[in-house]
Amino acid sequence: MTMVNNETRNQQLQKPQIIIGMASCGLGAGARNVLKSVEHELKKQKLEADILHTGCIGMCAHEVLMDVIFPGRTRVTYGNVKTTMVPQILEEHVGKGEAVKKFVMSQMYLDDKTVIPYEGLPFFDDLEMNKGQKKYILRNCGYIDPDSIDEYIARGGYTALEKVLKAMTPKAVIDEISKSGLRGRGGGGFPTGEKWASCAKYSADEKFVLCNADEGDPGAFMDRSLLEGDPHAVLEGMIIAGYAINATSGYIYVRAEYPLAVKRLKHTIEEAKKRGFLGENILKSGYNLEMYIKEGAGAFVCGESTSLQNSIEGKRGMPRTRPPQSVEAGLWDKPTCLNNVETFANVPFIINKGADWYSRIGTENSKGTKIFSLTGKIKNAGLVEVPMGTTIRQIVFDMGGGIPKKKKFKAVQIGGPSGGCLPEPLLDSPIDYESLVGAGAMMGSGSFVVVDDTTCMVEMARFFMNFCANESCGKCPPCRIGTTLMLDILTRITVGQGEEKDLEVLEQMSDEMKVMSLCGLGQSAPNPVKSTIRYFRDEYIAHIRDKTCPTATCVALHKYEVIPEKCTKCQACIRNCPVKAISGSTMKVAFINKEKCIKCNLCYEKCNFMAIK
Amino acid sequence: MNTRKEQSARGETVDLSKVEKILEKYKNTRGAIIPILQMVQAEYGYLSEPVVDLISEKLNISTHEIVGVATFYAQFHLKPRGHHIIKVCCGTACHVKGAKKVLDKLSEALEVSTGMTTKDNVFTLEEVACLGACSLAPVMMVDEDIHGKLAPDTVATVIKEIKETGISGAA
Repeated sequence: MTMVNNETRNQQLQKPQIIIGMASCGLGAGARNVLKSVEHELKKQKLEADILHTGCIGMCAHEVLMDVIFPGRTRVTYGNVKTTMVPQILEEHVGKGEAVKKFVMSQMYLDDKTVIPYEGLPFFDDLEMNKGQKKYILRNCGYIDPDSIDEYIARGGYTALEKVLKAMTPKAVIDEISKSGLRGRGGGGFPTGEKWASCAKYSADEKFVLCNADEGDPGAFMDRSLLEGDPHAVLEGMIIAGYAINATSGYIYVRAEYPLAVKRLKHTIEEAKKRGFLGENILKSGYNLEMYIKEGAGAFVCGESTSLQNSIEGKRGMPRTRPPQSVEAGLWDKPTCLNNVETFANVPFIINKGADWYSRIGTENSKGTKIFSLTGKIKNAGLVEVPMGTTIRQIVFDMGGGIPKKKKFKAVQIGGPSGGCLPEPLLDSPIDYESLVGAGAMMGSGSFVVVDDTTCMVEMARFFMNFCANESCGKCPPCRIGTTLMLDILTRITVGQGEEKDLEVLEQMSDEMKVMSLCGLGQSAPNPVKSTIRYFRDEYIAHIRDKTCPTATCVALHKYEVIPEKCTKCQACIRNCPVKAISGSTMKVAFINKEKCIKCNLCYEKCNFMAIK
Repeated sequence: MNTRKEQSARGETVDLSKVEKILEKYKNTRGAIIPILQMVQAEYGYLSEPVVDLISEKLNISTHEIVGVATFYAQFHLKPRGHHIIKVCCGTACHVKGAKKVLDKLSEALEVSTGMTTKDNVFTLEEVACLGACSLAPVMMVDEDIHGKLAPDTVATVIKEIKETGISGAA
């Protein structure tokens, strides 16, 4: 068994290091080809360097990211790396220690700050998208090789576990977490300390600690990034939770759609076991904990706690009525404590920094930071971690860089199918559990999908309802039938067959489903509908009464036309029309032949001047 | 007892020895149906009738219950699938960025509708709720590789590449 060792790897750096982001987002952008090309070029140019793989640093829009550390110098990040850029970077930076400035995004100090920075390069924390962020929970993502337990330890990993096992009673741990004000990051926002305390008070021959890594919300990927980028932090948090409630085994329920995360977790558990952080007699404290991975099988409802437990037991993942609460009789009817990935990742940080320090971050009732996955029509898509209470405007315009292509911000959909769409007038509202619920959205898992003025909100509501109708487990009629009927109505509206009374019916059904559904899926399924009716009623009315779709998204309703005053004769629409229905030239305004037009909407999307209606 | 072959109603011959090995591994695990079905499916590509019958017999669980579990989860398939599985993400971010058009284009290029397998058994086209690579939207997953920032006109190239090389390197 090795003890925790805080020596940093960078102090002993002998040769240059090349670090490539190999999380799913990096791989999707082509990191594997960049890696191959780096390996090939190193040999060709006869250079020596260590190649390291890391998780996602959060700047997903600029993947592939490749960092170079030359001994004694700062770490330099290259963004949007293409294989064609590799030879030059290797030759000049790895070979001679001179950063290739035209490709550089930023530089950053290493842990000890004694390294020399490059002149004229911005620092990572000063980049527009990173200002205002507080990377506490993501502190290791993109910095360490997630497969290396040594690197995690070098950055202070497992010190919290050591502290807890050597110097704290389970009750003291729970008190510390309660005092910190940490609330569940899975969406509901239940106080974590309270949950642990109520689970700890039951005694049984077996007790379970569960990690909910079934991130099914479309638009959310922070759990995946944490699991792929810093799996030990999640595991450490789980072991601490296990000790606090006296759990005998733990399960990580992870989506099968995340093969890389599953692979990482398996490796992480093995490594932790080898070093004595998991298994029998952890760090000689006498505490035992076994850890298992359960791969989900593709059912959104399994993110709900009782469904998840049924799924682990090998049944259909259907929720059950409560009480009894899971903390009393959960998995196999034993006391069970279930938390989300991000919640667990907060735990070691709180133990290390102390509850007092932690509770100073955030707002009065929502403490700490929250990770959001910023996607949709936004320049800097990626992960942002901000203190609770940051406003939506800051996230969209400061960190996200605003809306691309000169289009206008329309709404942000927070919290996935269980959340809601918030419009422009709410841009300045702070993000915390209470104010989001007040505005008709929900923290949910923290997905943050930005839409611009080309997105139809009725269609958006239909999209989420379609998702919920597909994913409803079918056990309770309010959800099974409610989602289907609401989807029917919404579909009717989008094809121009809406009736005046539809809005009233939708609103009434929303309220009924919220009260009568068995689990969170059904209770929150009407949220997107309710919030869009609340903030975008005009659009519904345009669909129902005037049979038009203001954004030209609902193809069935649309007749495409060029607005002559706005047309710049750039011919983008003509080039992109698949059926050659548009005529025009550099001299003549475009014209759409309605008979040939197949309403594919491509011209509307390709037009940069909003000249097509 | 080593190699056991059985014919299903559809007339397919299935070698069941691999299933027995998997069952052996999980015989002492609680709630193991889902991992067993996952491993069996990874081995055969889908859950065939004789395989389900054998699991039912060995674990003493009714076939109804096994099929009930298998049909509840999107991951399990009771019909054969192609060599390469294309999963087009239809999550919010991808939806907003035009996943539907990518799907339509793929459907056109492969000449199959969503959920179906091509005649030559090479590709199966599927729709999934979210792959969690939202920053690269629209996204699809070919086997275990994610291809991001797709456009209707680039998907055909990816398919062509896979057809020619037989493997799917990330785009």
